[in-house]
Amino acid sequence: MGADVAARWTRKDFVGIEALAPDELRFVLDEAKQQKEILLGRAELAWPLAGKTVLNLFVEPSTRTRIAFEMAAQKLGAAVINVDKDASSFTKGESLRDAARNLEALQADMIVIRHSSAGAAHYLSHILEVPVINGGDGAHEHPTQALLDVFTLLEHWGSLEGRCVTILGDILFSRVARSNIWALTKLGARVILAGPSTLVPEVFASFDENVTVTHDLQEALAPADAVMLLRIQHERQSSTHFPSLGEYTALFGLNQERLGWLKPDALIMHPGPINRGVELDDLLADSERSVVLQQVTNGVACRMAVLKLCYEASQEEAS
Amino acid sequence: MSSSIILKGGRILDPASGRDEVGDLFLHDGRIVARLSEAEAKNAEVFDATGKIVTPGLVDVHVHFREPGQTHKETIASGSRAAAAGGFTTVVAMPNTSPCCDSPATIRLMQSVIDRDALVRVLTTGTITLGMNGEQLAPAGSLKNAGVVALTDDGKCVQNNEIMRRAIEYAHMHGLPVLDHCQDYALSANGVMNEGEWSARLGLPGWPNAAEDIIVSRDVILSEYTGAHVHLQHISSANAVDIIRRAKARGVRISAEATPHHLALTDDCLRDYHPNFKMNPPLRTEADRLAVLQGLLDGTLDCVATDHAPHTRHEKNAEFDRTPFGIIGLETAFPIAHQIVVGEGGASLPFLIEAMTCKPARLLNLDAGTLREGAAADVCILDLAHTWTVERRTLQSKSANSPWRGQQLTGRAVATIVGGRWVWRDGAIVA
Repeated sequence: MGADVAARWTRKDFVGIEALAPDELRFVLDEAKQQKEILLGRAELAWPLAGKTVLNLFVEPSTRTRIAFEMAAQKLGAAVINVDKDASSFTKGESLRDAARNLEALQADMIVIRHSSAGAAHYLSHILEVPVINGGDGAHEHPTQALLDVFTLLEHWGSLEGRCVTILGDILFSRVARSNIWALTKLGARVILAGPSTLVPEVFASFDENVTVTHDLQEALAPADAVMLLRIQHERQSSTHFPSLGEYTALFGLNQERLGWLKPDALIMHPGPINRGVELDDLLADSERSVVLQQVTNGVACRMAVLKLCYEASQEEAS
Repeated sequence: MSSSIILKGGRILDPASGRDEVGDLFLHDGRIVARLSEAEAKNAEVFDATGKIVTPGLVDVHVHFREPGQTHKETIASGSRAAAAGGFTTVVAMPNTSPCCDSPATIRLMQSVIDRDALVRVLTTGTITLGMNGEQLAPAGSLKNAGVVALTDDGKCVQNNEIMRRAIEYAHMHGLPVLDHCQDYALSANGVMNEGEWSARLGLPGWPNAAEDIIVSRDVILSEYTGAHVHLQHISSANAVDIIRRAKARGVRISAEATPHHLALTDDCLRDYHPNFKMNPPLRTEADRLAVLQGLLDGTLDCVATDHAPHTRHEKNAEFDRTPFGIIGLETAFPIAHQIVVGEGGASLPFLIEAMTCKPARLLNLDAGTLREGAAADVCILDLAHTWTVERRTLQSKSANSPWRGQQLTGRAVATIVGGRWVWRDGAIVA
């Protein structure tokens, strides 16, 4: 990954990308590279988390992220327990704080939290002794997603310096977008945010000098070395923000015709799950340009890295 | 206990009567008197106020004492202790209790608790609408007979403009000001903090300035149209200040208040998602904060009011969007207001005291906020140099949800007198 990586990773928690120094980010990505070798059977399995239990506290439902974390934990030798929103304590009105502290008292060694409240991971990291890994907190951050996205791009390009990545879709409600804005800019890329004005407000340009906002799709696609599509939904929270999926697709959907606006070697990314025919054309999702499945595999490797590094950091803190 | 008190050698600062001089203030039988007889003076209790500021007891037109029905957060007893500790001798309690004060029966219940428990003067308000539902007028006439000094749906905001118009007209007939918490619900839906750069970073739904500005405009127009007095609570938006300024310039009967937290804090305080910075309306940008300060300094905003809103520890110790809005403010009001309005804003101390005594009192036609001869002996003794740390054990309120928790503040009411009786002295409540 490069010369100037940090000497070590010292954080017990992985709450967000925003607070990380670029070196820390590179360190985790470097570790992820090594974990990928193990994942694909090209290097020996080590069991850094042997005998440990990782607890997936998914108060907001998820399948793919949860399974990726489960896979990652198991590959490191840990046992995994899944607790989800329908778990009775939540329906009985137990607070997140109490639930989490109970899980810690049950001797969970690490907790992966996904929650609909922005700041939930941050909150838990302050009240728990064990490592807290953010699997997505409301619209705030989804840091392991950004890790795997950046990791995937680095596999193709070697470096993000000077590269241009367009993130297209609902930025306003997207934790994937926020984490990626931080990760991409910290590693030297410039970011174009594109979509309807109601979902991509100008305020996002204040995140970093290398972030721009546009509502013109052609302008957004032309310079992009990669375009990251975000899932568009027309649910309650965004139903006042644009009139219909049909209109969104007509204006911003990435289809065969608009593919021509992209550079010939530009990559197509999506965090999944894909709304085929809405934000991304069916055929394009499966095309050679699409790295969606690589992203998924890399997601396991990146989560292996995060789990391992945070666990080891917490042990150092404790000693 | 002597019925005469001499507060000796302090700087007597009473903006209502224009008095600002070092001297002795005489209290007798619960009233301010010009002098004491020889016998009275001989038996008087003498309090050395050298180096202190002797002002009328402070007046807060916006507090939540949570009784009846939410007494886990605060009671009239504990809230009045917090008021006393903050130098306040007259406070106006908001009606969003459980049940809310939409009936004279609830007001009478509150009044009986006030009569029994309150350490300072606690005045009541009635709601604008039944159940604060924004749909049907509450019985203003009966509420007035029960003793309310104003009507407000504070906590909520009447959205229907016809209802608001009729409520204002009807309250006007009864001589009751209407206090409004200005918030357009649709524009601020789900908003938990100011809409801006910080809400974008934190991934939290925003409550834009426009949602306050639109209702402020609505109220200005209705006040102008009906000739009635409407008082706008906790102004937080620069644009709202501007709208009020222009309305006052053409003589509209609008008044407004600013809270210490909107004078002092901005939305970047939410960077760690700490619920002690979550309130409604939210902390906004530096430009908004400065506009609110300027508004107070130039008289656009008439007074300081705390919006003292206690919540229990367990309620405020949770994921950000699950926590209730509001912070306590009675005990930190003076030092914060002094730091910002005088320290940063360059106003004089008399100006600040006026904004915390006779100006709020006049807005609601209250017999308070003055040390003129014959007035009730409601006195606040301030020590501008006194430093203290805001912590659970130094706070009188039942709740401790303050953004200044853990901080050292300078300036405090070191003694408070209500009706000639000490209620707060030497850092303790006087039973």
